[in-house]
Amino acid sequence: MHDRPADQRIHDFNEVVTGLTAGEARTEAERCLQCKKPQCVSGCPVNIDIPSFIREIAAGNFKKAAVIIKEQNMLPAICGRVCPQEVQCEGACILGNKDIPVAIGTLERFIADWERENGAVIPQKKPSNGRRVAVVGAGPAGLTASAELARMGYQVTLFESLHEAGGVLMYGIPSFRLPKEIVKAETDAVVSLGVELRLNHLVGRSITTRELLSYDAVFLGTGAGLPYFMNLPGENLPGVYSANEFLTRVNLMHADRFPLYDTPVKRGSRVVVAGGGNVAMDAARVARRLGGKVTLVYRRREEDLPARKAETVHAKEEGIEFIMCANPVRIIGDQVMTGVECVKMEMCAPDASGRPEPAPVEGSHFTIDADVFIAAIGQGPNPLLISELPELTRGKRGNVLVDEEFKTSMRKVYAGGDVATGAATVILAMGAAKQAARAIDTMLRKE
Amino acid sequence: MTGLFFVEKTEQLADKVYQMWVRAPHVSHHAQAGQFVIFRIDEKGERIPLTISATDGDSIRVIFMTVGKTTTHLASLRTGDYIRDVAGPLGRPSEIRKYGTCVLVGGGVGTASLPIIARAAKKAGNRVIGIIGARNADLLILEDEMKKACDECHITTDDGSRGFHGFAADFLKRVMAQEKVDCVWIIGPAIMMKVTSECTRPAGIRTFVSLNPVMVDGTGMCGSCRVLINGVTKFACVDGPEFDAHQVDFNSLMQRLRMYQPEEKESLEHYQAHSCTCKGGDPHA
Repeated sequence: MHDRPADQRIHDFNEVVTGLTAGEARTEAERCLQCKKPQCVSGCPVNIDIPSFIREIAAGNFKKAAVIIKEQNMLPAICGRVCPQEVQCEGACILGNKDIPVAIGTLERFIADWERENGAVIPQKKPSNGRRVAVVGAGPAGLTASAELARMGYQVTLFESLHEAGGVLMYGIPSFRLPKEIVKAETDAVVSLGVELRLNHLVGRSITTRELLSYDAVFLGTGAGLPYFMNLPGENLPGVYSANEFLTRVNLMHADRFPLYDTPVKRGSRVVVAGGGNVAMDAARVARRLGGKVTLVYRRREEDLPARKAETVHAKEEGIEFIMCANPVRIIGDQVMTGVECVKMEMCAPDASGRPEPAPVEGSHFTIDADVFIAAIGQGPNPLLISELPELTRGKRGNVLVDEEFKTSMRKVYAGGDVATGAATVILAMGAAKQAARAIDTMLRKE
Repeated sequence: MTGLFFVEKTEQLADKVYQMWVRAPHVSHHAQAGQFVIFRIDEKGERIPLTISATDGDSIRVIFMTVGKTTTHLASLRTGDYIRDVAGPLGRPSEIRKYGTCVLVGGGVGTASLPIIARAAKKAGNRVIGIIGARNADLLILEDEMKKACDECHITTDDGSRGFHGFAADFLKRVMAQEKVDCVWIIGPAIMMKVTSECTRPAGIRTFVSLNPVMVDGTGMCGSCRVLINGVTKFACVDGPEFDAHQVDFNSLMQRLRMYQPEEKESLEHYQAHSCTCKGGDPHA
């Protein structure tokens, strides 16, 4: 596993991390201790039989390794790239106690890439049982639920409002972290299970909620796509973006190739990104590749950054300036933005999250000249469909409340992923979708 | 998997103004007055919002003016061509109910939004008065259709080449002086909506405008279309596109509409340099 040099990669959108050769993969796989009670599996939200697929890699049986992974996970090339392995499988690996853990994510990616190049493994599928299930949203949760249900024999219709399937994998995560042809290949694999994908369909508008509820069961995987703004003075000035908009323009609409592609984006010469999560790192690194000098401002300390470790390391290597313990308070400008006024923050007593609560330091204001500002402070659940289903019980942040089987307050309606949890990770959404699919199956079998 | 959306009919209505009928049953079967669609012409296209101007069976009509690359490209399409993506219907429908007397004011290509509202308002039991304004007689559109849809329909031109000589706002004031007006829709360029909606503010007449900010997804996920309504940020794509005219910060809207002017010019120039009328011209070369 190697990173392309930072001074090279900031000039393109090609993948930063290159994969393993077959020899390297086998050598890495041989490090696995093949524990009798593997901790890594319990660290995996979709319960991949990790020791087994690693054993097959070590033996050179790559196809068999792919079959084992796909038994539990239809999107391995994606998960191998974007899962926070350090807090999941690799974090649980016994080898990590004394040495470095087995590079499980890298091995998963190796097998998925090998499979894509050598012919896809299509998992077994039960014959059709004639029951219809509607899945709303073709992101990680919706794709996983669709695949699981299709394999169980259900006739699945997957509704997606955008013109491509993939959800946040397409519009949110940049191609240098997750190449789009990989997302397309994995979504195609889901469709090849017999899932009917209806693009350009906004449920609640293009089909009514009554039509939706006419299916035998419904899974809502509509995600957390509602961008939060900071309510700063000047926030509507031209030059100010939500991370969602900035990333969508580049990732989904290819604004980096304007005017060959029609969608423009402001290529800031000085860009300020506010936030400290993966989305903030993605926005900063995209802005860097568009030629900007980029400063990332985060209100807490460096050790509090919620982003994956690899993302902050990569962002720093690429020359992004980090200003910690600071928060924007105003966007400066007349007709367009020209700067961001920030205030320094001090860390006080721990808040509900257990981290020190940041508070502004009086008189510590400073200004960063900038022509683009990107707010990457989080997203909320997409409210549109939820508001069309008033019988759904919702939490404080607008998320759909579900029980331990991912069932909502409405009969036959299940939900999973960010729409239920608020913005989280791809793999947690997939784990929830898998369990919801099983619960739907159990419910429909009882009828 | 992906629907390609068949272009059934196109027609030039006025200088730079075109109408297009596109087969999109998932939109036409559910569309209501005031809603819009997002078009993406081809793989390299941008997503642009267009008001649904009429529906007929499986088809929808959009009316647009050629201003930039995408609308110029759209105007070059003919019967038998396809649009890559049509998403919708999007946005909240117009708030149609029985108000009494409704006046519908259209400015330029904004008039395209009115007939569908006029028919819905009339069906709800309102008396409906239409005012179609344009710079000159050659730019007037949908006159016959509006005459049919409204109880009465008036024409105004800035240069006096047809109908009332003056702005639509002046004629609206005249109507208000003659009879009690209960609700007004004003749809046109931002500056026209800003000026015209001032006429109804003193009397506190309920007034709707349909806002046309820059959009990307059109489903509430990017915030590109954010507008200030009574000091609060709203997304035109899901909270609108129609809003109470007297609460809209039009200056902020107009400022944001200018955001991509240099890029729009560059995109159009790129398109014109790479497209030609002879066969084999590739606008994306």
